[in-house]
Amino acid sequence: MASTALPLTHGDTHAHPAHADDRTFLRKYVFSTDHKIIGIQFLIMSLVFLLLGGVLAMVMRWQLGFPGRAMPGGGVLPETMAPGGIVLPEFYNSLVTMHGTFMVFFAIMPLLVGVFGNYLIPLKIGAHDMAFPRINMASFWIAVPAGILMLAGFFVEGGHAAAGWTSYAPLSENSEYSGVSTGQIIWCVSLIVLGLSSILGSFNYITTIVNMRAPGMGWFRLPLSIWSLFVTAILVLLAMPVLSGAIIMLLFDQTLGTHFFNPALGGQPLLWQHLFWFFGHPEVYILILPAMGMASDIIANGSRKPIFGYTSMVYAILGIAVLGWGVWGHHMFMSGMNPTLGGSFMISTLLISVPSAIKVFNWLGTMWEGNIRFHVPMLHAVAFVAMFVIGGLSGVFMASTPVDIYIHDTYFIVAHLHYVLFGGSLFAIFAAITYWYPKMFGRLMSPRWGYVHFFLTFVFYNLVFFPMHRLGLGGHMRRIYDPTQYEFLRPLQPINVLISISAFLLFASQLIFAVNFIASWFTGKKAGPNPWEDNGLEWTLPSPPPHGNWDVIPTVYRGPYEYSSPLVEEDFLPQTRKLDAGATPASPHAAH
Amino acid sequence: MAHAATLAHDDVMQPPPDAEVGAGVYNEKLGMWVFLLSEIMFFTALIGSYLILRVAHPSSWKPPGVVLNVPITATNTFLLICSSVTMVKAFASAQAGAQKAMRWWLVATVVIGAGFVGVQIYEYWHLLEKGFTPSEGLYGSTFYTMTGFHGFHVTVGVLCMMFVTWKAFRGKYSATDHRGIEVIGLYWHFVDLVWIILFTIVYLI
Repeated sequence: MASTALPLTHGDTHAHPAHADDRTFLRKYVFSTDHKIIGIQFLIMSLVFLLLGGVLAMVMRWQLGFPGRAMPGGGVLPETMAPGGIVLPEFYNSLVTMHGTFMVFFAIMPLLVGVFGNYLIPLKIGAHDMAFPRINMASFWIAVPAGILMLAGFFVEGGHAAAGWTSYAPLSENSEYSGVSTGQIIWCVSLIVLGLSSILGSFNYITTIVNMRAPGMGWFRLPLSIWSLFVTAILVLLAMPVLSGAIIMLLFDQTLGTHFFNPALGGQPLLWQHLFWFFGHPEVYILILPAMGMASDIIANGSRKPIFGYTSMVYAILGIAVLGWGVWGHHMFMSGMNPTLGGSFMISTLLISVPSAIKVFNWLGTMWEGNIRFHVPMLHAVAFVAMFVIGGLSGVFMASTPVDIYIHDTYFIVAHLHYVLFGGSLFAIFAAITYWYPKMFGRLMSPRWGYVHFFLTFVFYNLVFFPMHRLGLGGHMRRIYDPTQYEFLRPLQPINVLISISAFLLFASQLIFAVNFIASWFTGKKAGPNPWEDNGLEWTLPSPPPHGNWDVIPTVYRGPYEYSSPLVEEDFLPQTRKLDAGATPASPHAAH
Repeated sequence: MAHAATLAHDDVMQPPPDAEVGAGVYNEKLGMWVFLLSEIMFFTALIGSYLILRVAHPSSWKPPGVVLNVPITATNTFLLICSSVTMVKAFASAQAGAQKAMRWWLVATVVIGAGFVGVQIYEYWHLLEKGFTPSEGLYGSTFYTMTGFHGFHVTVGVLCMMFVTWKAFRGKYSATDHRGIEVIGLYWHFVDLVWIILFTIVYLI
């Protein structure tokens, strides 16, 4: 064990051990190679995009709830978007497209992978920093121009991309069909750049987790958050380049006159769908696996019990990740696919519900008979489980080809994907932000406003998205501009009004979170090193941890979920605490 | 732990000394292997699309040798394979501590790699002059996209190799630490391998 006490001399890519910090402001907070700062940078960037995506959704909801009426404050929008505050159909198409694009690529994905991948991995495995800190910094500073470029698309002639976030060809590649040319090119270039950022991030994560775990941190002592981020990084690494390849072909079709997806000259529009969903379905698991992992950590902590079925949790993550490569065709049941092939995609998709159900039952088993502490992160994590169950079950409807033929491209799909992405991922993100906020900033977020935000969000969220199932079953089309144009949808319009009003209130509730997030930074209660009495390695460090994290890499003696252990007096047992065999319980602050 | 304790701590070509047993190689090498997996998926997307389009619409393609100049590209392929050999020689010299040989084998690799790109530019120029453009049916679309992205990868490789060579001339690599040469070598051999596949499916069939 003596080797662990030796100072780090290994290579020049490691951060130096914590010491008096003499870096300039620019190196410390802007062009920082510290994984914690990069994680916080990603956090701020993606929360801004989350807010922006929410604003776009509000404009859509106004149009759907009150079609043809002038939007309050809509007068500030230019004539090309909403003359007199009335949203134009072309602009509505851009709103649909960019809401999806921003939320998937610039909000949820960076929130899960960019923020918590960066922040948690080195801290939780006991490393000084990432394996390649400078590549890590590059990954953030490549994502920023991609986001700015994507924003710029709103201000070009012809408006922003309007072919949906899936950009199906040939609609997306021929400006005669959508009326958009520059906007669609910008969409392509921005996502290619963002893809590079994701790939740089993910191979860094993988290398770090494989090679830099602290002594004693074996694979099956890793927290489930790290397991899920590891598997997610593998999915990003392998799926993102496929999207890049597909978008490059789409871009060349638009700009160089190639014919990949142009049926007139032998190209294959369906090839785009296959490539997109070959990326897109692993992407779905990229957006939920880290949420599952972090929720697992928080639920075990809030229940004061070891996670139920740790090993099966790990294998369920791996099972979801492997099966996730063989299900992309379930997005294409209506593309004229051979019914036999459709059937096999149906079966592979239904198989995924097995590992997903294992995880859900394990979370319930963890909470069962626990001394549950309903702190704000725990509430969000429990809401995540509940909402994920609803989203997962509606997924089974769609996976069944006979049902999907009826409900495809309706609001049932919109309801499902928001139950998974908002009810699932975003509740877990709120849980994770409120949980690790004290570690990031040294102060606790206000629990009172945390509770208010949680309850309002939970109620309005369900009022927004649950009625959408009903709309979908009524035949309400997914990307429709004005539902009142159709006789058969008019009786459903009151539901649209209810959804829109709830959506505005849901958005307003998020402002509570925004204010709490910013205000607690300055006025929050000082957190101390371990406010949640958690076992993870990061909670042995001061909040916020210093540059380089540890002077001496800690040694790990057990898994991360030893809550209510009979071996010690307290109800938690940190991973770094060494117990002498047969000794009486040591004080919680005893050195390991 | 026992494993970590037995390591010499200044041996940077080994895994991190204070870590749990990982992949058994140092970070930069593992990182490059993982990155190359990503590159495999990228080229798989392009090559897979090419094969599907070609099988579905064979009449868009001309027989080998009609449009593309196979002898010139075959020579170019030979050049690229030679550059993999010089790369291996540079790495072997670095391991043996033969500084001078290492530097000049690196220079040779840079020159041959740049030569490959030069021949490819010459080839493009001729094809475009003949009217074979990216919009020339699926044949032109796939040809320029696949060989173009390969050429881009070679160019990036040459630029990185120039950086490594510059470091080599400043004496930054030794028999105990020549990570940069090994890592760029992995990338270089990968790009070479992709080209052998591309040459076969684009030029020969």
